[in-house]
Amino acid sequence: MNKKENSPIRVVLAKLGLDGHDRGLKIVARMLRDAGMEVVYLGLRQTTEMIVTAVEQEDADAVGISMHNAGHLTLAPRMVQALEDAGLDIPVVVGGIVPDSDLEAMAEAGVAGVLGPGASAEDVAKCVREAVATRGD
Amino acid sequence: MDEKKEFRTMSGVPVGSVYGDGPLPGEFPYTRGIHAGMYRDRLWTMRMFAGFGTAEDTNVRFKDLLRAGGTGLSTAFDMPTLMGRDSDDEWSIGEVGRAGVAVDTLDDMVDLFADIDLGQVSTSMTINGPAAILLAMYVAVAEKDGVERSRLNGTLQNDILKEYQAQKEYIFPPRPSVRLVSDVVSFTANEMPRWNPISISGYHIREAGSTAAQELAFTLANGFAYVEAAQAAGLNVDDFAPRLSFFFNSHSDFFEEIGKFRAARRIWAKWLRDRYGAKDERSHKLRFHTQTAGVSLTAQQPEINIARVAIQALAGVIGGTQSLHTDSYDEALALPTEDAARIALRTQQIVAHETGITSVADPLGGSDYVEWMTDEMERQAEEIFKHLEELGDGSILEGVYVGIENGWFVGEIADAAYRFEREVNSGDRLIVGVNSFTEGGDENIDLLSIDPATEDTQLKRLSEIKQSRDSDSVEMALNRLSLEASDPAINLMPAIIEAVKVRATEGEIVQALESVFGTYVEKAFV
Amino acid sequence: MAIEDSTVISLVEKASKGDRRSVGRLLTLVERGGAAAEQVAEVTHNLSDKSHVIGITGAPGAGKSTLTASLARDLATSEYKPAVLAVDPSSPLTGGAILGDRVRMEEASEAGAFIRSMATRGHAGGLALAVPGMVRVFDAFGFNPIIIETVGVGQVEVDVASAADTVVVVVTSGWGDAVQANKAGLLEIADLFVVNKADRPGASDARRDLELMIDLSQLTGQTVRRPEIVMTTATEGEGLDKFKKAIFEHREFLFEEEQISVRRSKRWKAEVGSRLDYLISEIVKESIENLEEKEGSSPGSVAREIAKNLLKKDELR
Repeated sequence: MNKKENSPIRVVLAKLGLDGHDRGLKIVARMLRDAGMEVVYLGLRQTTEMIVTAVEQEDADAVGISMHNAGHLTLAPRMVQALEDAGLDIPVVVGGIVPDSDLEAMAEAGVAGVLGPGASAEDVAKCVREAVATRGD
Repeated sequence: MDEKKEFRTMSGVPVGSVYGDGPLPGEFPYTRGIHAGMYRDRLWTMRMFAGFGTAEDTNVRFKDLLRAGGTGLSTAFDMPTLMGRDSDDEWSIGEVGRAGVAVDTLDDMVDLFADIDLGQVSTSMTINGPAAILLAMYVAVAEKDGVERSRLNGTLQNDILKEYQAQKEYIFPPRPSVRLVSDVVSFTANEMPRWNPISISGYHIREAGSTAAQELAFTLANGFAYVEAAQAAGLNVDDFAPRLSFFFNSHSDFFEEIGKFRAARRIWAKWLRDRYGAKDERSHKLRFHTQTAGVSLTAQQPEINIARVAIQALAGVIGGTQSLHTDSYDEALALPTEDAARIALRTQQIVAHETGITSVADPLGGSDYVEWMTDEMERQAEEIFKHLEELGDGSILEGVYVGIENGWFVGEIADAAYRFEREVNSGDRLIVGVNSFTEGGDENIDLLSIDPATEDTQLKRLSEIKQSRDSDSVEMALNRLSLEASDPAINLMPAIIEAVKVRATEGEIVQALESVFGTYVEKAFV
Repeated sequence: MAIEDSTVISLVEKASKGDRRSVGRLLTLVERGGAAAEQVAEVTHNLSDKSHVIGITGAPGAGKSTLTASLARDLATSEYKPAVLAVDPSSPLTGGAILGDRVRMEEASEAGAFIRSMATRGHAGGLALAVPGMVRVFDAFGFNPIIIETVGVGQVEVDVASAADTVVVVVTSGWGDAVQANKAGLLEIADLFVVNKADRPGASDARRDLELMIDLSQLTGQTVRRPEIVMTTATEGEGLDKFKKAIFEHREFLFEEEQISVRRSKRWKAEVGSRLDYLISEIVKESIENLEEKEGSSPGSVAREIAKNLLKKDELR
């Protein structure tokens, strides 16, 4: 991606809360890198404040958060809100264990995409690209 | 051993206790099993992991499992408790009682084991960073019930090294954490002879994506590291090694797993005797608990996970495990419902009583494939030990510290995890229901939901305790702890026990230690 | 995707009032290159050259991230407003990258340091072409010092040197082979050496080897000021004060001995040089893209023909 018009998409990847399962997050980081994106990998135990600061300084195009342990219903909307409050129109994609019955709630909370445990590398890259394009400049 | 009892197949054919030439089970290096009679003499412990909501909620589940035939207790704590934080900590919001039971003070521990005779039951506690604190609470509860600590039977996971490598539930940096682990080992060696102070774990390493050989090698290396640490603290190896226990994963590749278990016993026996000078045969015998692979269970068509668990349980038993937890089929979606937990327990009971496997020790011993696999697992593990020894200039403990610091362990595991993911992605590796045979099973199954009121209940209780306790005693106890923590020669268990008795919270005790030990921040290696 | 002047102007205005998001956006415009980057360069050119630029490089595993993080945190908690540009290599196959330096600088970030992660984006030199422009953005908006942190493999050290006032090279006791260091030109560009993991065996040997190599290079008169060597154990916090002090001492030296203008003009020349390299390499790529093999002509003669045409010369030297 050397051409100026096609600079790589920059994604901040993180986990909110105390949960320490980062296997999926690391795999997604590699998938996005292999899809030509630049991943600012924040990893475990991040707060919404840290992620917002990262988005501002890194001028990220998207935020990816990984959820297990049923945290998505509280933490995902909080992430969306934190970005809004900071005046950042940046899409949030949620990955991990989200039961089908909660998908509507996620959409309503403003989450741009949800990736389940069976998501392939193509699914992941496509979801991020589409989320970014929809918000696009 | 009951020599009069004859073991027969379902059709009535009498069978011997072991077959084949070569070393027998119960004979060094114990490749075929640590006891001569194995399951003929005693079945493995059916130890089902449980914990959610408040201590009262979990107490009910504990009693259900014991009534249903479970033979040991195993406690799952919530994320805040695992990370050494109280329910009223800002990081605990939304997490109280969700991934396990919430324990903030001694009062919660008392409720957790209400009406359960600690002198009779064997309890496992799955906790690492704050493990010493939970053990202190358990000892204090037993004391209240009039049970002497020397009678207490159980296991504390307390395996901090694997946290830096895989599970990431660490609090303090590696070296002070290993000191705390050694303190528990010394304390139990002297005062709780029936207690296993560490459950050296490979389960989490495997769940994080490692290969079978890595699970085997990293776990045993951590074991060697703890041996070296305890020896450095002045203990004689035979004083504590008999009580070191292990915890392995039982994954889907049937024969690889069996080879892994057999290799584990052989390696441990040889290293303890030849490298660490252990003379007591109990030090040579590797005892382990097994859990079927949570990560192999799918959210798609969850009922078929029952088949996966059964096969993995079988591998664990043929592999000679001393204790087994079988996962519930809804593992990939939520904490287990009562029904799902019951089915998982019944799975073990079917293996134990209907398959005839328990009549013969190491039934696959002598199979060309299984013997080759055992040798191969050992060979791969020895290569990893060699690398760690180099990293540590001859010491496995130092090598493990270096491997943690420079991200070697997490890098190896992440590489293996990624390779696996690519295989599944490309279709080279088929997972039923995920990338093959995907029709069916779309009905929503009932999932356990944690009552949202749990958090409020716990918070209220915590606040009441903080108001009613004697804050001067708490302050004094915490000060004593911080002081003693600065001196590596002092065993911290007595001070921790005193602190829990005056109702210092887990979080307060952790903070007192953190002020001396520091906090661990992982350098992210991706 | 034309960026209007007005966007740049409004971002610059907000950035000068302290809006970090706008600084982040300006950095992106510079990184992408093109017309917008030129506009930003025009604006920032006159506002910069106030900050001290520190380049920190070293082999993977030497511990430069830990050192950079503690330096940045230290500076941020005292009266400074530091910025860190953490450069990691892009995958040559996919063009993507995993940037893992930021997470090691959480404390520095919380203390107020501005952290920006950068990928090399396929530049053969190993250091992103846009670094000088991004440094100027930080400089223009009051960030000082500016730390460029990058993995030193091959050409990179030299590139870093051309972008920084003070060049720090981090080695460990495992380093050993002083000849390698010489080959990579490290000795010519390093203003300060840090021997990290000083608690390990071999650390004092590494120091001694370095001293010897420096002695040799001094004989040939290659350096103006003898580079200092500092021993640290970054993970334990040992030696960090000495490290910081050594950096500031170098800065003093630059300003007092009027070396700063010498360095800055070197930096400027180097930047022009690398931009020229880039422009020419683009032209070269274009020239050979649709080229067809000519029977009987050697590659050398074909190349000479093309060069003559491009340069509008009859003869090449």
